[in-house]
Amino acid sequence: MGKIENLDFKKNTLRKINNYLQNISYKNNKREFTVKNPSGHHAICAGLTENISVKINGHVGYYCGGMNQKAHITINGNAGTGLGENMMSGLIHVKGNASQSAGATAHGGTIIIDGDTSSRCGISMKGIDIIVKGSVGHMSGFMAQSGTLLICGDAGEALGDSIYETVIYLAGKPKSLGVDCVEKKINKKDIKKIEDLLETGKIKKFKVKDFKKFGSQRKLYNFNIDNISDY
Amino acid sequence: MCGIVGLYLKKKKLHNKLGFYLSGMLDNMSSRGPDSAGFAIYNNKVSKKYYKYSLCLNSTSLSEFEQVVKQKFKDITIKNISDHIVVQTSTTPKKFISYIHRNFSQISLVGYGRSIEIFKQVGNPSEIVKKFKLENFSGSHAIGHTRMATESAITVDGSHPYSTGEDECLVHNGSLSNHNNLRRQLIKKGKTFDSLNDTEVAAGYISQKLSENKSMKNTLTESLTDLDGFYTFIAGTNKGFAVLRDEIACKPAVIAENNDYVAVASEFQAMAHLPYVNKSNIYEPKPGVVYTWGK
Repeated sequence: MGKIENLDFKKNTLRKINNYLQNISYKNNKREFTVKNPSGHHAICAGLTENISVKINGHVGYYCGGMNQKAHITINGNAGTGLGENMMSGLIHVKGNASQSAGATAHGGTIIIDGDTSSRCGISMKGIDIIVKGSVGHMSGFMAQSGTLLICGDAGEALGDSIYETVIYLAGKPKSLGVDCVEKKINKKDIKKIEDLLETGKIKKFKVKDFKKFGSQRKLYNFNIDNISDY
Repeated sequence: MCGIVGLYLKKKKLHNKLGFYLSGMLDNMSSRGPDSAGFAIYNNKVSKKYYKYSLCLNSTSLSEFEQVVKQKFKDITIKNISDHIVVQTSTTPKKFISYIHRNFSQISLVGYGRSIEIFKQVGNPSEIVKKFKLENFSGSHAIGHTRMATESAITVDGSHPYSTGEDECLVHNGSLSNHNNLRRQLIKKGKTFDSLNDTEVAAGYISQKLSENKSMKNTLTESLTDLDGFYTFIAGTNKGFAVLRDEIACKPAVIAENNDYVAVASEFQAMAHLPYVNKSNIYEPKPGVVYTWGK
């Protein structure tokens, strides 16, 4: 790999750069790294396991920060499909927009997207907090199981379709709600959670009262003989 | 999978860089489509009297073809690059295409028009780009494709772009499920097809609609109802090109636009080498919305 200054895609390969970042010892004093010229490469910073901070200067391709544990990743650009897919913990902050399936199946940690994100944001999410300062595309929160999806903008068609126990907070309007997704009453726990998320995302433009809560009606949880014709 | 790319240059002074930029885009999309590649370039429009025909010679020898054709058509000129030739003549498409089909069954017609030139071949895209010397091409806009074959054979006839009308072409990332039915309907209307490929049917569908005096925008909007399947399309004409993603939008696309150019690609990495791309307006085309650029 050579010098750590060479976390540069013009000078090194994806495999070498990822391998280096994946093997930072917990004893290492240097905890901050900058990746240059990502040029839309896929799987940048996938599989990081240490409490390090990585800044990526440019646009990234698919699955950036996938399976992340502990690491804080900042992307000064846009992100492709599957940002932070199956992430376990840590934080990913995208300064631009993110493509579809951001935070898919992710178990923990936080994703902050400053811009918009397209379809299927938080699909099958399993415990992560996703904060989107812009809007989300269609089928966002599809089959989402737990965690929180906070959206400051609008949502596309079929928001929260077939949702389980993920909670969605939405400041804008949904184009339509998915099957079994309904608006719910905001309680004290929700207020605390929204406050926390607004603070994490450093969001000043929106207040707790701007958000509506959406979640599962839990009607799809059990097989219903009356719906047999729908299967 | 498949990779699609398109580049529209807004400024004339950049036209001589078209091939250079597009070759980088196709090269970067090799990972999405290693089976075959092709590109359509819009350049050097010929005068009203003339047509350009892009042909793939396959096993036919150039000298044999030249000898026969030059006797038959007096005003013909032939440009040869690798196994492709671009023939320029005043003979109308109806006459010339049927002549080729009758006398040179081995030769495939890959496209025709007054401005379009199409080149496509099987193999690794980065090698194909070199083979056709894409870097040297100039023009106003171009469309390209790298193919990961799914539903039809890896042949020149199975490669994109598909051209089924004058100066028209289509590249497609995705798959159509109602193409057999649609092909039958279009054959009844007089369209002919050279392959069993789904994209050729979509191209035929678009040509048919355009020939009914529909605009590209209306044609593609109607295709949302008539074409069943997954797709991101880039459809080219001599004026420019249009982009459409189906409403489910499983197939990716990203657009970068600035004062100099519009670039479309399956992935951002295909356009990372373009000048000032990081300062461009970068966005994804919305599902079911037709985007067009052109003169």
